[in-house]
Amino acid sequence: MNKSLHKHESKGFFASLAENPSTDEFIKGLWKDNPVFVQVIGMCPVLAVTNTAENALAMGLATAVVLVMSNFLVSSLRNFIPKQVRIASYILIIATFVTIIDYAIQAISVDLHKSLGAFISLIVVNCLILSRAEAFASKNSVGKSVLDGLGMGLGFVFALLCLGSLRELLGNGSIFGFAVFPDSFQEWIVMILPAGGFFTLAIWLLFFNVLKAKKEVK
Amino acid sequence: MKTESLWSIFINASLINNFVLAYFLGICPFLGVSGKMETATKMGAAVTFVMIISSMCAYGLHALLEAINAPFLQLISYIVVIAATVQLVEMFIKKMSPALFRALGIFLPLITTNCAILGLALFQTNKGYGFGESFVYALGAGTGFTLALILMAGLREQLEFSEVPKVVKGTVITLLVAGILSLSFMGFSGLSS
Repeated sequence: MNKSLHKHESKGFFASLAENPSTDEFIKGLWKDNPVFVQVIGMCPVLAVTNTAENALAMGLATAVVLVMSNFLVSSLRNFIPKQVRIASYILIIATFVTIIDYAIQAISVDLHKSLGAFISLIVVNCLILSRAEAFASKNSVGKSVLDGLGMGLGFVFALLCLGSLRELLGNGSIFGFAVFPDSFQEWIVMILPAGGFFTLAIWLLFFNVLKAKKEVK
Repeated sequence: MKTESLWSIFINASLINNFVLAYFLGICPFLGVSGKMETATKMGAAVTFVMIISSMCAYGLHALLEAINAPFLQLISYIVVIAATVQLVEMFIKKMSPALFRALGIFLPLITTNCAILGLALFQTNKGYGFGESFVYALGAGTGFTLALILMAGLREQLEFSEVPKVVKGTVITLLVAGILSLSFMGFSGLSS
């Protein structure tokens, strides 16, 4: 068991997965077509609730769950929904799941529900979910759509975590509430403020642009 | 809430808690349509109009849902009203000005998924605003959105002529400019008393 795992790693974990076409749908959302860093969609929650890593994780997971469920339902109903009213139907499907998630989060943790505020309801208008429903789930089989939703959702969680932890680290000196820096650390208050959201996203995008540029030179 | 004057609601929604720069609502059109001054202005007007109509409808819907005791239908009914209003505006613009219709392109139907509009409806419900207050709140939010869009368009028109390094071109520089704009809007927080 251990040996085979090791073999996988030496080959490059992602490369070995990508050879299998069915996992391709899953992988593309994580890295190549990452919804936040590459496609730059679904920006509102990305900037608004990433002031701490915990909020970012909760928001990302909620969005991912809605995305997977709506992809599943949209693709299983894709032959029944008339073309003219498809967008309206998708929005209704998404709104239903968001309402479920909203009540679920309220049941799990009232504090979390308070700190995320209206942004849970605003998952309805997250362009990422609607765009996956329209561009992918309405044209592909149920299995593929669920994989696509899972990949995109996890890619979204990953991006939110990147932003949330950087903002919390610099703005509050902690990650997930655990202090990282000594008390003498001067917090960069600006990172928690709205402006910090724009700056942090710009920094991450810049980072990925530089990576891409380096790759092209090679 | 009762003591809050209409004027302070307006200032609060448009400047102090600007929907785009403080609440991050409506970022997609903010980044997408802010390339040219002219389209930015008209987009702002269209969004403001949809905001006012849907906010009025949301007020009525909220009262209705309270009466039949079905708060879980809130989100679904709001989004349907917004989608219908956007459809109406789209038909209106198509009839009145086909040129504007083409200029706004895909962003016109996308007003439906503009979080600023749904956000507005949800916030006003949470704050328990009455009819008049809701109207002023929607007007303020629309003005703030238009203001942010126009400011951004002006800045980006200037950016076209300046030399920026290749790696920051496009989204990165736009986000940095938006961040600085957001910082400067924080200066308005002194207005609230």
